[in-house]
Amino acid sequence: MLRLGLLKPIFWKSQYDGQGPFKYLFDFRRIWWLAVMLSAGVALVPIIFTGIFDYRVTKQAMETEMALRTARLVSNTRRTVTFFLIERKAALDFIVQQQSFLNLKDENSLKGVLDGLQKAFGGFTDLGIIDDKGLQCTYVGPYELAGTDYSKEEWFQEVVNQGVYISDVFLGFRNVPHLVIAVRHNIQDGSFYVLRASIDTELFNSLLTELEVSAGGDAFIINRQGVFQTPPRYYGEVLGKCHLPIPQYSPSTQVSQAQDKQGKHHVVASAYIDETPFILLIVKDKNEMMRPWYDTRRKLFGFLGASVATILIVILGIVTLLVNKIYLADEKRLLAVRQAEHANKMASIGRLAAGVAHEINNPLEIINQKAGLIKDLFTYKKEYASDKKLTDLVDWIISSVARCGKITQRLLSFARHMEVTTDQVQLRDVVDEVIGLLGKEAVYGGITVEIDVDHHLPLLVTDRGKLQQIFLNLVNNAMAAMPNGGTLEITARQADTCLAIQVIDTGCGIKESDVHRIFEPFFSTKRKQGGTGLGLSITYGLIRELGGDISVESEVGKGTRFTISLPLAMERKQAQYESLTG
Amino acid sequence: MRVLLVDDEEQLASALAERLCLRGIDTVWAASAEAALEAAKSREFDIALLDVKMPKMDGPELKKRLSKKWPAMKFIFVTGHGAENGIPGLPCKRPECDVLGKPLDIDRLIKKLHDMAGT
Repeated sequence: MLRLGLLKPIFWKSQYDGQGPFKYLFDFRRIWWLAVMLSAGVALVPIIFTGIFDYRVTKQAMETEMALRTARLVSNTRRTVTFFLIERKAALDFIVQQQSFLNLKDENSLKGVLDGLQKAFGGFTDLGIIDDKGLQCTYVGPYELAGTDYSKEEWFQEVVNQGVYISDVFLGFRNVPHLVIAVRHNIQDGSFYVLRASIDTELFNSLLTELEVSAGGDAFIINRQGVFQTPPRYYGEVLGKCHLPIPQYSPSTQVSQAQDKQGKHHVVASAYIDETPFILLIVKDKNEMMRPWYDTRRKLFGFLGASVATILIVILGIVTLLVNKIYLADEKRLLAVRQAEHANKMASIGRLAAGVAHEINNPLEIINQKAGLIKDLFTYKKEYASDKKLTDLVDWIISSVARCGKITQRLLSFARHMEVTTDQVQLRDVVDEVIGLLGKEAVYGGITVEIDVDHHLPLLVTDRGKLQQIFLNLVNNAMAAMPNGGTLEITARQADTCLAIQVIDTGCGIKESDVHRIFEPFFSTKRKQGGTGLGLSITYGLIRELGGDISVESEVGKGTRFTISLPLAMERKQAQYESLTG
Repeated sequence: MRVLLVDDEEQLASALAERLCLRGIDTVWAASAEAALEAAKSREFDIALLDVKMPKMDGPELKKRLSKKWPAMKFIFVTGHGAENGIPGLPCKRPECDVLGKPLDIDRLIKKLHDMAGT
């Protein structure tokens, strides 16, 4: 919380309550929010938009690339598998073309053919010749299958109709997965026979099991009912049911995405192998394939995040800085307005006081002279000279007039010093004037005023009015600090080219936490009692204007001591708010 | 010692003139600048006691005219504006000219008059 407090910009505490001559011009918090939101929006929206766009484009490119790669693999593998089957079919075709039916019916010569096939191609386990009645008349191989009647078998019907047949992988009588290739050959007499070969799936399987499928992929063949024809690596066993959806027939390779039971995403590329019941499938784990792209994505998001954070920090910093500057400028303007107002007020009071004093002075002078004349008459004519009471009365009138005269003199001198001038000033006179103006208040407040200022200190070359105002403010403050009476002491000593002046009261004192703030404008502990918080800041400004300095020591409950150092000769006018800004 | 007293407050002028006379000072008073010039036409005064602010012709102007006619004449300005230390712009230089503020203290005035007249 403490750090947060330190980070909080200084304008944050400002309260905007509408416009007016003595109010802030702007709602700084609103400006701040607006500026932050606008610049953040303008800066971040394109970046985020570009980021998302880039994300989508690269993702799509990656997925397309992945699909293409898989499709190419499927396509190549299909060619291999197709070639494998066509090669064997072509071998059978070649045999029936080359050998006569009679020759093939001979078991020994058929055995020779099987041996030849085994050597040349491998994978052939048996051979059989079936006549047009579906009866296997000759068979060579590990089983006793001669004489088997195939006429009711579906495959036999198909080979008769189509001329060629390639079976699914099945267990058959021998309980070993194998597949069958059969070709029909017409004989000249119009009948036909069928050459049937069983092919061991080992070679067939190795076509796929030896295939290098990257990214945890799998390659296998299923038939059109979804039964595994070759052993898959991960998805089950040969002749088991494949749980992936069976792709629709298409003459070309196709790529789709599927989800397995564990919820994993897969890329499935498939191809139908023509003239066979086989469908070649290559399945790859999508996550594995996309891994390089995930790296890229992580970097992209990282960079985006870092950019956004940097932009936000910069925007926050700049906006806060600028709004702070505006706030300070506005505060200075406010201070200037208030000081101008204060000066105006003082000048108005001064003019009023001067007017009143001047107007009163004339009738006062008449009273003075008339009373004086009465006294003179008493004195010179001797008629009433013995009447002590009458002469006393006249003396009272004259002394009262003299008192009034002193008041008007002070008012006039106060008014005249509102104007800016430099002249030679005897400090004691100024102190006496101020105490004269406020002295009555001190008496009523039970305050003892002690002035220890020599009447013959060196003359100050300074602005009399400002000096007067400095003392007025300080003495007023001191009196306000002693509502229950006390002692006000004003001392002055010469120190080199300066006068060291102290204004000491035995009042309530200032809290230690407030001492360093009392010269700040608008700092007031008496706001409730109508304080503007400007008195001491104006005093400070005035002292700086006169080329002097002020410091304060205070103890709560004991009192306060203001020490002012004033140069005997004011050097030059300083900017009025320099002290506040610098 | 002859004194010319000029003040637009007739009551003040007459009373002050009477008091000065009582003290043996030969005083002529006038309630306006015109009347003062008229009075000074044929007679020379040692000192003129002038109010600064008067209708029509003010104190400084009157002083200029009087000193033109009687260069040896000395002046004391009486002002309701306070400030005996001097009023800015007032053509007044000691010892031929001085300023006194209202209300006047008669003893001070007498002393000042004697000082200026050298009697």
